[in-house]
Formats: sequence, C-alpha cells, structure tokens
Amino acid sequence: MGAQVKITAKQLSIGYQHSAGETIVASGLDCSLRGGEFVCLLGPNGAGKSTLIRTLAGMQKPLAGELRLSGKVMRDIAPRERARAVSVVLTEAMPSGMMDAYSLVSLGRHPYSGWFGGLTGQDRERIDWSIDAVGARPLANRQVSELSDGERQKISIARALAQEAKLMLLDEPTAFLDLPRRVELMSILRNLAHQENLALLLSTHDLDLALRFADRLWLMTPEGNLLEGAPEALALNGQFAEVFATENLDWDANSGSFLAHPVACLKVRLEGEGIERVWTQRALERLGFGISEDDGKAAFSLKVHKDVWEVERFGLIQNFENIESLIEWIRSVDWRE
Amino acid sequence: MFLLSICLGSVNFSLSEVLQTLLGHGDANAVHRQIILDFRLPQVLTALLSGAALGTAGLLMQTVFRNPLADPFVLGVNSGASLGVAIVLLAIGPIGLSLTDGLAGSGQMLLIFASSGGAAVTLFIVLLLSRRVDIMSVLIIGLMISYTIGALVSILMFFSMAERLQSFINWSFGDYGNVSWSQMRYFAPAILGGIVLSSLFMKPLDALLLGDRYAESVGTRTKQVRFFVLLGASLLAGTVTGFCGPIGFLGIAAPHLSRYLFQTNNHQVLIPASILVGALLSVSADFVARGPGLDVVLPLNAITALIGAPVIIAALVKQGKMKRLF
Repeated sequence: MGAQVKITAKQLSIGYQHSAGETIVASGLDCSLRGGEFVCLLGPNGAGKSTLIRTLAGMQKPLAGELRLSGKVMRDIAPRERARAVSVVLTEAMPSGMMDAYSLVSLGRHPYSGWFGGLTGQDRERIDWSIDAVGARPLANRQVSELSDGERQKISIARALAQEAKLMLLDEPTAFLDLPRRVELMSILRNLAHQENLALLLSTHDLDLALRFADRLWLMTPEGNLLEGAPEALALNGQFAEVFATENLDWDANSGSFLAHPVACLKVRLEGEGIERVWTQRALERLGFGISEDDGKAAFSLKVHKDVWEVERFGLIQNFENIESLIEWIRSVDWRE
Repeated sequence: MFLLSICLGSVNFSLSEVLQTLLGHGDANAVHRQIILDFRLPQVLTALLSGAALGTAGLLMQTVFRNPLADPFVLGVNSGASLGVAIVLLAIGPIGLSLTDGLAGSGQMLLIFASSGGAAVTLFIVLLLSRRVDIMSVLIIGLMISYTIGALVSILMFFSMAERLQSFINWSFGDYGNVSWSQMRYFAPAILGGIVLSSLFMKPLDALLLGDRYAESVGTRTKQVRFFVLLGASLLAGTVTGFCGPIGFLGIAAPHLSRYLFQTNNHQVLIPASILVGALLSVSADFVARGPGLDVVLPLNAITALIGAPVIIAALVKQGKMKRLF
C-alpha cells in the first residue's frame, strides 16, 4: 500500500449502537489522514475524541457515512489486513502481568506471524527497530509491570510500531506523563511521522504541545463538528478560542495559552526587560494584576533591573533582591483598600 | 511418578516386574499381570490424561476470563454433570438400577452418559447465551447456572434415600479407577483432541492477554477465538467430569504453578507446562489417594486439594506477593 495509505471519512457519524437505539456523539465529519503527517486531535472532554479514534481504527462501526482505508471500505477489510495497515495506542491500560517488555512489543507482529506466532528474523528486526525508535532499549528485558507510566507508554508505542502499519492512532498517550516526558514523546512521534512517512493521529488535552508539534490540528467542537487546519491558522481565525473558551477561561492569542479571567482589575506599571521581566509579568498576572502603561491607574509601579526589583508605591520606594520576596510582599498587602 | 504409581498400591510390585509386564514379556503370574495391565495402568493413564486436561482447561479459562480464580468449571459443566448423575442415581435409579450395578459394567457406562450429557447440555446453553453478552457476563451466567443446577441437585438429594445419597456422594469424590480399556477408547481421544484444539489457539490467547480492543487491533477475531477456546476447555473439563467425576482443584492449581515455575504468561510455554504440571499433580494425588500399603481408598478430591493447596501457598509466600497476572 505504501505511501498512498490514507484514511478518508465522508459525512461520518460516530457513536454507539445499543438495544434502545443509537447515541450519536458527532456527525457530518469530513476528514482525511495522509502519510507523513502528524495530526493532533483536540477537543473538550466528551466531544468524542476516543470514539472518533476507535471508529477510524475500524474497531467500532460508524453509524452513518463513509469510511475508507486506501480506497477500500473499512468494514470490508479482513481483521488481519486491517491490522497491517492501522495500529493503535489506547487509553486503557495494557494488561501486563508476567510479561517482559520485549514480549509485549513482539505481540505487534501478530498480523504477520504464522499460526503459532513464531517469530522470524525479519520479525525480530522490526521489533528491535521499534524498541530503538522510541528509545526503550534499556527497558526491553524488564517486566512491564515494573515500568513507570512513561516507560510503559513507550513500550506501548513500540508495540504499535512493530505492527508496521502506515497509520497509527493514539488516544491520549501523554495523559499520565510529566511535562519533559510529554515533550520527548511528542517529538519522537512527530519525527517518526516525518521520517517513516506515517500518518499519525494523536488525541490530547495538551493544547500547548499540540500547537507546537502538530502539522495539522483537528478540533472537535462540543456540538460534534470537526474543524481542521494548521495550528497557526486555527489560532489566527479564532476557531481555537471558540472551541475552548468558557466563562472563566480566555484563550490568549498573544501567548498561545489559556488564562483564567483576572480576579482583580488592578494594574501595575511595569518597566524593564529580559527574562526577568517575562517572569515578573507572569507572576503579576498569576496574582491577578494587569499590566498598564499609564502611571495614573496603576496601583504601584515596578522597575525590573538585573538583580533588583524596585517598587514605587505612594511615592515610597522599596527594593526586593529576588522575585520570591517581591511575590511575598505583593501577597501580604491588602489591595482592596 | 507414573511408574511408581503403577508399582505401589494395595498390592505392591517391583519396578522390574512392572516394566517387564508393560513391555509385554512378563513372566509374572496372571493375577499380577491382570492387576498391572487392566487396573493400574488404565487408572494411572486416566490420572495422567485428566490432569493434563484439567491443567489446560484451567489455563484457558483463566486467560479468556482474565481472572486468576477461574477454573475449568466456571461455565458450569461440573454442575451439569452432577445433575445428570443425580438424575440417574437419585431419581431414575430407584426404579431399576441398584447400587452395585452403578459401580460396574453397564451401570458405570450409564453414569458416564449421564454426566457427559449433563455437562454437554449445560455447556450448550452457556455457549449459546455467551454469544449475546460480554465476557464478564458469561462468567456470571456460568455461575448462576451452576447455582441453579446445584439447587436442583439439592432438591433431588432431599428426596433421596440414604443409600442412594451415599453413591452420589461417592461419585462427587472423584475417582480415576472407573475408566476401563474399552472406555479409554473414547476417553483418551477426546482428551487428546481437546488439548490439540486448545493448542491451536496459543497465538490468539497471547493476544487476548492485552484485552479485547488491543487483541482486535492486531487482527484477532476475539469472539471466534473465545468461542472455540471455551468449547475446547469445556470439552476437556466435561470429558474428565463425565468419566471420573468432578475433580476439583487441579484445574486452578496447575496454571498457577506453571506461571510460578516459568515466570511467563506466554501460552507457548504455559500450555505445555500446564499439561505437565497438571498430569504430575494428578498422578501424585491418585497415588496418595489409593493409599499405598493401606486397604482404604481416600476421596480423590480431598487429596488433590491437600497436595495442591500447600504447594500454591508455599509458592505465593516465597514470591512475597501475587504478581499481576492480567
């Protein structure tokens, strides 16, 4: 199938069938995934990200619409053939009792191995490659149950890679990882998509990382629509803000992040430059202050020098030698007066 | 163990005597010959096959249900068998069949039919229902059917005479001594067939360890695999129960012991291991139950648990804690 592998969905309705009828999670979805592309799927909780991923993986029937894998209708593809084309990393914990990491990864070779699951040299080569690709070589002989969340997630991705599928769908793989581990994982995945020409779809709540790493974003709206585009385009045209903004939360297009609505409306006149200024501003914003250019409306003014923070309030000047003591002072003052 | 078990019993033989007899050039006397070939050998062979069957079936059930407490009888085949036997011994029995008939010849064959039939009907019902629900519900349905059948058996027992009850209780103790050579022609192929059928599913069983969704994502047809594995396991358990009565404990002990010995969940290792461990436990239990040097035969089920439970406990204590299995 090679480079042409792609998933296309037209007017797709996703959701669940049960005896009482259907629960439609989202409908009218048009989307496609191509090789060499790292796509992040974003959306509020309950928008249907996991359902979409399972549907695209062929694990759940679409309620309506058309879903094709490289031109073939998804539900007509035999399980084994589908497994060679699509691999998944799911949110559910991979049960892992009494199994070493290598064995777990080797289960990814099932779509290729024979009746009894014996591994050929080629299989072992691909398993080794997968383990190296996620940087998990030191973990290979350890018991999966002894690994940390981050290590287990790597092994889980290596298992999917071993499947040698051109499409990989990952459901919140970064959910339980600390920030450095998330960044590491995102960059591993993006590089794999580009170097191996994989079509990689990853759902995440990590908007910041998605904006930094994704080639394209899919935004699922609470109403069950799908918006698609380059991260920067979605930020500029305001769609990003539309999907995520709530009563208490603002999308700040300048910094590319979310801010809670300021509690107080006090302003500070801030002078200074460099990294000290950046972090001072962040501290002020966190504490509920806006930044003002106008002397008259400011509660106090603050000059940031290299090693000293100079505060002027009611004509009195006070110096702080570090940001810690400045923050302590700001919190100790009753600003309501 | 196999040979030891043939040698020793209520009459003891020397190893060379047994070997010569088995190899066909025995000059031993005819009575000894008959004891060795027609009683000991089939009994030990039955113990061996039953242990292998129950070990395998227990492993399959534990994997399919992803539950370390599952045993070969979770689908209720043993209670189905016990109902069949109860009907014959407690309900129909009083009409014509006497207790002594029940222990030999055609009476014995009738018991086998009754218990196999009971097991088969139960299995059929559970498998039929299992196609409509998820796997955890199958476990609970199996349990509920067991309780229901158990209740029916209790009612039958309540209305039975003490003498009849005793023969039913004897059946429920389990006994490897009931399979004659003519019955072995059905017993052995059924067990071997069941084991071969189960072995065919080593690879998808490994995939099932990952859970349904992952198993399906690597191309496993989970429903199909589960159906055949449940069928195979229940055939094994049902056959053993049919011929030997409800043999407890081996089915749950053998897979745990195998996992402990080999420290893996890989079915290419665990299936052969469970076969061997099950067979060994079973022959040992039978050996002890026959009480070498004594004139009594102890209830087999008591011995399997008496031997097996301490072994499992010792293994777990040594290991410190139960490793996550699924």
